[in-house]
Amino acid sequence: MRREAHLGDRIFYLLLNGVALSVLMLLGAIAWQLIHLSLPAIHKFGFGFFSSTNWDPVQEVFGAGPVIFGTLVSSGLALLIAAPISVGVALFLNELAPRRLAEAVGFLVEMLAAIPSVVYGLWGIFVLAPFLRITVEPWLSGHFGWLPLFRGAPYGVGMLAAALILAMMITPTIAAICKEVFRAVPQSQREAARALGATKWETMRLAVLESSHSGILGAVILGLARALGETMAVTMVIGNRAEIAASLFAPGQTMASVIANEYAEASGDLHLSALAFVGLALFAVSFAINSVARILVWRLNRNRGRDF
Amino acid sequence: MSGTRDIVITQTILDAKNINAWFGSVHAIRDISLPVEKNTVTAMIGPSGCGKSTFLRCLNRLHEEVAGARVEGQVLLSGEDIYGPGTDPVAIRRKIGMVFQKPNPFPSMSIFNNVAVGLRLAGMGNKALLAETVEKSLKQAALWNEVKDKLKAPGTSLSGGQQQRLCVARALAVNPPVLLMDEPTSALDPISTAKIEELLIELKKEVTVVIVTHNMQQAARISDRTAFFLLGELIEYDDTSRLFTNPRDKRTEDYITGRFG
Ligand SMILES: Nc1ncnc2c1ncn2[C@@H]1O[C@H](COP(=O)(O)OP(=O)(O)OP(=O)(O)O)[C@@H](O)[C@H]1O
Ligand SMILES: [Mg+2]
Repeated sequence: MRREAHLGDRIFYLLLNGVALSVLMLLGAIAWQLIHLSLPAIHKFGFGFFSSTNWDPVQEVFGAGPVIFGTLVSSGLALLIAAPISVGVALFLNELAPRRLAEAVGFLVEMLAAIPSVVYGLWGIFVLAPFLRITVEPWLSGHFGWLPLFRGAPYGVGMLAAALILAMMITPTIAAICKEVFRAVPQSQREAARALGATKWETMRLAVLESSHSGILGAVILGLARALGETMAVTMVIGNRAEIAASLFAPGQTMASVIANEYAEASGDLHLSALAFVGLALFAVSFAINSVARILVWRLNRNRGRDF
Repeated sequence: MSGTRDIVITQTILDAKNINAWFGSVHAIRDISLPVEKNTVTAMIGPSGCGKSTFLRCLNRLHEEVAGARVEGQVLLSGEDIYGPGTDPVAIRRKIGMVFQKPNPFPSMSIFNNVAVGLRLAGMGNKALLAETVEKSLKQAALWNEVKDKLKAPGTSLSGGQQQRLCVARALAVNPPVLLMDEPTSALDPISTAKIEELLIELKKEVTVVIVTHNMQQAARISDRTAFFLLGELIEYDDTSRLFTNPRDKRTEDYITGRFG
């Protein structure tokens, strides 16, 4: 009997190991394939690929500058918008809202995360872009037109639309993780603050926010990783022009959207290879960012586990 | 309050009158009145679940923070009802400090900041004064010598007993006239416990202490008055020496002789 149970354990153990190993192998295979596909572009452009600002499929000249720029700007702006909102939502749900309301709103927020990105894209095209074109962008250029950021024709579709859509898409992700991080703060911390004469807001700051810095950072970085890789919705609203423009109203292109947009009709082997090279870079960056974020969240929870 | 003796109280600092407290529909504290004498240590004993913590938390308006919890009655702090209309619980809690069962320093803060946090909440910005008060409080909590060279280290880097004294210092820093303690030594080793006990005897020159303890020897060692609780009621409240040697109520006697609880 015992021996059999033991054998069962061993088989199960080996099976799990096999699954874990195959995940690693899959990751390695993807990386290898990407490198292989990128080789022509790597030979042709070298590291200059990342600094060159010219992406011109017609001339067969490829530089990733514009798409890196577009990725950084759209994701960065999205984070700037989404991070404070997400932290606020998580604080509200965890610290202020009555249980029922918190559950209902929390459920809705999770639903937001489950909406397919193409639906966000459609909404962006039919609702957000016209709203930006008719209302927001004229207002911005009217009041802040002295900033290069808000100059130029209001297309609606463009960098600003992409950033806003991204912000909407990553808010549920960041808020959900922040909520978990805040929930992990022991009640005794809140009581300590309350007993010292802290108001509700001061209690949140002292007991919850201050001890959650690295967790919030981790959540934001995971949001960033999601924004960097987000493809469909961005492709639908960013305007798809690989140019570096100062204005947020101008169309742009991100690393993910350029692949989605051009892969199907890539004109030649070098074009394909350049797209693969962009993909490889995106893969590496996402991988690194995800790792950093997970480590941050993991370290926080481990430290909290030990009380004294 | 069936068996309360007419103990002589010369100067009441905290006077609980007809306190009733509920958790939802659970009536946890039943009409308890308990005057606390200034500059004494008052101990509250009783079996688990009899309402000691709940009653203690009524004394600084912490009970009402629990969802669904409710309090009725009066608690006079130097004559003023902390449950009076328009009274701000935040202001009350600055005058009535609290130390919890499990040490709970803020993990994100240094030792110094843990002690200074109450002062900063009260709006003290003067650095020199802040440093002076932190030092004084750490000395009062008998922790200064152990931490004076590492005030910048995280509060959670200390041992459990040191953390608890840090929490005492944190509570004392705002100079509250009353300090409430809920089984402050139950998570500590005997040496740390002895340190806290010594500290309390020293402290009562300046602060009035109300302490919940499960440990009857501790109550006998450190307190001047002892209150015995049972099932949400105050059974007996007397000078500690009398309550332990000559209890009036049969239930008190059963409890202190270890016949139940
Ligand atoms: N959050 C709560 N919700 C509902 N009932 C509670 C809650 N906390 C305590 N009670 C009930 O109130 C009563 C008093 O609890 P309290 O914690 O004051 O007891 P205690 O004397 O401090 O016990 P112990 O010595 O174990 O700490 C108990 O019957 C308990 O079940
Ligand atoms: Mg208790």
